[in-house]
Amino acid sequence: MNIINEVALTFPSRSANEGYARAAVSAFAAQLDPTLEEINDIKTAVSEGVTNCIVHAYPDCVGKIYIRLRIFEDNTLEIVIRDRGRGISDIEQAKAPMFTTGGEERSGMGFTIMESFMDKLKIRSKSGHGTIVTMRKRISMRVGGMARDRHN
Amino acid sequence: MRIIAKRNGGELLILLEGELDHHSAKNAIKETGKLIDTELPMRLTLDFGALTFMDSSGIALIIGAYKRINALGGAFFVTNVSKQVYKVLSAAGITNLLSVSQKDEFLIKK
Repeated sequence: MNIINEVALTFPSRSANEGYARAAVSAFAAQLDPTLEEINDIKTAVSEGVTNCIVHAYPDCVGKIYIRLRIFEDNTLEIVIRDRGRGISDIEQAKAPMFTTGGEERSGMGFTIMESFMDKLKIRSKSGHGTIVTMRKRISMRVGGMARDRHN
Repeated sequence: MRIIAKRNGGELLILLEGELDHHSAKNAIKETGKLIDTELPMRLTLDFGALTFMDSSGIALIIGAYKRINALGGAFFVTNVSKQVYKVLSAAGITNLLSVSQKDEFLIKK
């Protein structure tokens, strides 16, 4: 499958950057001419993923968060959020709704939301080495939409 | 994110304005907790009309308020939620737990 466009962002795991990440991904996704609901789904999933890096990957320090965004020729948006933090020892447990190691302030719904708002979610992680979260969403092509300009 | 509180007899109305994410949630949770513990309302309404975005960090705020109001034996309502916020609340099962009403313009046709 051909990649039409690709960008990468790197930023420190400060919570002030959560809004930046949402806006940056929204801006990139705009070239697919998504509906408001699709953009909101994407923003929410990104917010959850970036928050996971800040809260769980780097709980006691500030580390780097890497996001790679790709658009494929079938109008799929791929978001990869990568960190070099603590890692997840039991991924299935981490994915369980309401499970959290983050205390009372966290609801444990991050992965659940990412999974229901995106088409595909894949988590790869190694304890002590970091985590790679890959999400995909296929944006519907609309008649008369702007998506046909994305090849430029 | 801004919080505005209005007291009307035994009712406490808390309006949230802006984006409710992990960055703004810590303060918001503290402030709403303090308001409820101080005012001890018989009825709490969280008005989300001016909230432009919420992720699961907002769930923790709602659950915290829910536990406090339950302990007081009061009523709890979440009102004026946007489509995006409603979707998050729904995914977390909050819409089954308590009264959530949407902004008029975003009513989902059944």
